[in-house]
Amino acid sequence: MKDSPGLHLKTYIFLLFIVLFAPLGNVLLGKGMKTIGSARDWDPQGLFHILLRILTSGYIWLGIACLLAFFIAYMLVLTWADYSYVQPASAFSYLVVAVLGLLLLGEKVNLLRWTGIAVICLGVFIVGHTHPRTTEKA
Amino acid sequence: MLESIFLFLIVAAGTSGELCVSHAMKTLGEVHDFRPSALLQFVWRAARIGWMWIGIAFMTLAFFALLAMLSMENVSFVVPITALSYAAGAIGATLFLRERISTQRWLGVLVVCIGVTLVWLSRR
Repeated sequence: MKDSPGLHLKTYIFLLFIVLFAPLGNVLLGKGMKTIGSARDWDPQGLFHILLRILTSGYIWLGIACLLAFFIAYMLVLTWADYSYVQPASAFSYLVVAVLGLLLLGEKVNLLRWTGIAVICLGVFIVGHTHPRTTEKA
Repeated sequence: MLESIFLFLIVAAGTSGELCVSHAMKTLGEVHDFRPSALLQFVWRAARIGWMWIGIAFMTLAFFALLAMLSMENVSFVVPITALSYAAGAIGATLFLRERISTQRWLGVLVVCIGVTLVWLSRR
């Protein structure tokens, strides 16, 4: 990865897409699966019924669309930045997903969970302050 | 117990999938042209790489494990605990992609794992 300001700006813009689309997609999937119900029933007929409900759920397809947008942004950023940089840098989505879960799904997030998520973000902060490229340019 | 199996599938299959995709993307090179036709051509080239399809198969498995987990637990619990993929990702990137992971980055991964433990404990 060339160490230019333009490349870093491009990387940050794509990371912003990743951080927004991935949590939104997961929240929509969560909403969809809560509507469909638990997958604890493992007989073939029960599984088929659940699969059918998954494939006809609007929330699931919206979630997939968001995750697809995330995936495209992720694939593009991986062409110039290393995986071991992109994956940690995209982890702020863990905080965003908890906020969206609280605001959009009304989930109860206790203090221990917020603390855990904050610690995860701290880990991300530590990892994020390393150079994007970890291998030598060929 | 079932949650632990799904978590393993999400982390192991998800990370394996991402590593395969990353390996495939590295062979394509950096994207400079963002016009739709150029992007479409890029996607076509990506689709012809075997590692891409292996990665997609792994990621599909991880996706259905995620859906199963989301039917049982809240999204604010499920998604943060999947951060365990950091440890798996760092190990995989070292072994499979030959990326060098610095001590600072390993420290970050360790802190992430502590955070995941706290989120796991917040369930009860």
